[in-house]
Amino acid sequence: MADIIQLQTLATQVRRDIVRMVHAVSSGHPGGSLGCTDFLVALYNGVLAHNSKNFTMDGKNEDLFFLSNGHISPVYYSVLARCGYFPVEELKTFRKLNSRLQGHPTTHDHLPGVRIASGSLGQGMSVAIGAALAKKLNKDNSIIYSLHGDGELQEGQIWEAALYASANKVDNYIATIDYNGRQIDGDVENVLSLGNLKAKFEAFGWQVVETEKGNDMKAVIEGLEKAKSFIGKGKPIMNIMKTEMGAGVDFMMGTHKWHGSAPNDEQLAKALGQLKETLGDY
Amino acid sequence: MKKYTYTEKKDTRSGFGAGLSELGKTNPNVVALCADLIGSLKMDAFKAENPERFFQVGIAEANMIGIAAGLTIGGKIPFTGTFANFSTGRVYDQIRQSVAYSGKNVKICASHAGLTLGEDGATHQILEDIGLMKMLPHMCVINPCDYNQTKAATIAIADYEGPVYLRFGRPTVPNFTPADQKFEIGKAVMLNEGTDVTIIATGHMTWKAIEAGEKLAEMGISAEIINIHTIKPLDNEAILKSIAKTKCVVTAEEHQMNGGLGDSVAQLLSRHTPTPQEFVAVNDSFGESGTPDELMTKYGLDTINIIDAAKKVISRK
Repeated sequence: MADIIQLQTLATQVRRDIVRMVHAVSSGHPGGSLGCTDFLVALYNGVLAHNSKNFTMDGKNEDLFFLSNGHISPVYYSVLARCGYFPVEELKTFRKLNSRLQGHPTTHDHLPGVRIASGSLGQGMSVAIGAALAKKLNKDNSIIYSLHGDGELQEGQIWEAALYASANKVDNYIATIDYNGRQIDGDVENVLSLGNLKAKFEAFGWQVVETEKGNDMKAVIEGLEKAKSFIGKGKPIMNIMKTEMGAGVDFMMGTHKWHGSAPNDEQLAKALGQLKETLGDY
Repeated sequence: MKKYTYTEKKDTRSGFGAGLSELGKTNPNVVALCADLIGSLKMDAFKAENPERFFQVGIAEANMIGIAAGLTIGGKIPFTGTFANFSTGRVYDQIRQSVAYSGKNVKICASHAGLTLGEDGATHQILEDIGLMKMLPHMCVINPCDYNQTKAATIAIADYEGPVYLRFGRPTVPNFTPADQKFEIGKAVMLNEGTDVTIIATGHMTWKAIEAGEKLAEMGISAEIINIHTIKPLDNEAILKSIAKTKCVVTAEEHQMNGGLGDSVAQLLSRHTPTPQEFVAVNDSFGESGTPDELMTKYGLDTINIIDAAKKVISRK
């Protein structure tokens, strides 16, 4: 496990990558990407047992991560690249013609690190459960992780999957919800309230862990470690992680407006002024 | 006309069940999933023989497709089982993103396709599934014609790397293909060589094409009969070779005219050799409740419809 300072340093560079990537093509999803930066940096640099130098689709004896809310591809790509799955330079091809870094992640172009296409929401939990079942059949004790948006929970397939996972004791699986309370049309509470999310997943038979500070590196790691402590105990594990959409860029926080909008030149300069270059831009 | 006989009528879904059971014994990577239709899909034997490799997912087809996609990550070869309607239309986006676009080795096995599902009516009688599935890039689409061919197809697709849609049905139909006939994905089966008209049939319509060929022979018309079990990839070579000889074609399928086998054949011919073609298929209509035989008659999918189409297309040459 890298120390907290190192992880925070990496997170700042990832945030620079995110705003630069979406600015370069005037499209993409910076808000959720910035909000989940600390989670993905922590996951891939200390929590996940994975091999970034020799990617295989099956990931035998490796922990596997599935991004279900595929629109936050900028943070996913940046973290994968900076873990060594592919050259950091490739981030500049994001959303451009002939790129492996499609608007939403895909296996179609064989980008190392990606094991399923996502973008159409609500499908990743089922896929993660399937991968978890395969691990069990293969007597592979690795852990399956997934990340979902809170708005994504409005998709019915999520609840089909949630029902299945507990009924079948899929206990080698940790799902995390990016609970930022915002979606394209506004606040989740107003668009379609999720009600008491913790109570819902508990009623569905899940072990629920709450990470109150999803943009605090130490809290994120502690949340994941606590979630891991419930592995193998007969229940799927849900990590409800509160985050701030747009975290790290002051004018992108406190609103849903940066869900799927890119900054202009002036806004980019302002954002980068708040995110000091640490490991070198791509 | 070559003589075809059969000793018994059997349902194609039982061919699937038998093939799956055999795969359970021969291929340890094969796993099966079902959405609360084990008996209807004849998956009982596989389940009993391989309980650890069988997943009952309940009435949740979208979740089933996603779990199947995930199971491939780790080397499993998942066979999903439910009715054709719930295997395609209900879960189209899940198949499109998590299976087809993701290039996952999932075998989507669909029973009760078409009108011959019978009394349950139009909600369950999907006639659009071939079209839906063949439009997906790199999706292999197979619609076998009898028990033996369905069993052989089930076994064959386990060795094929990539997503497959395997379509079969509910009623018993003549089991006439040889039990030891090798199933080659993408290869047409020549049932009868003829010179006046080519009849291309898939699924349950294949036996009716044979019956039509016998009747046409009595009228002095020599029909070449080709069974297309693989609608995608289509055996272009076999079709073009036959058309070069007969100069006209009838396609027969238990499916909408729009988007079916006939469409695929027409597209091939219009690009290579524009040829008169008649379509025996459902013409832009939903089905309804009734016995399979009554429905096939009402919606124009009988032997007589193939005979009439053959005579008509010959007159258009």
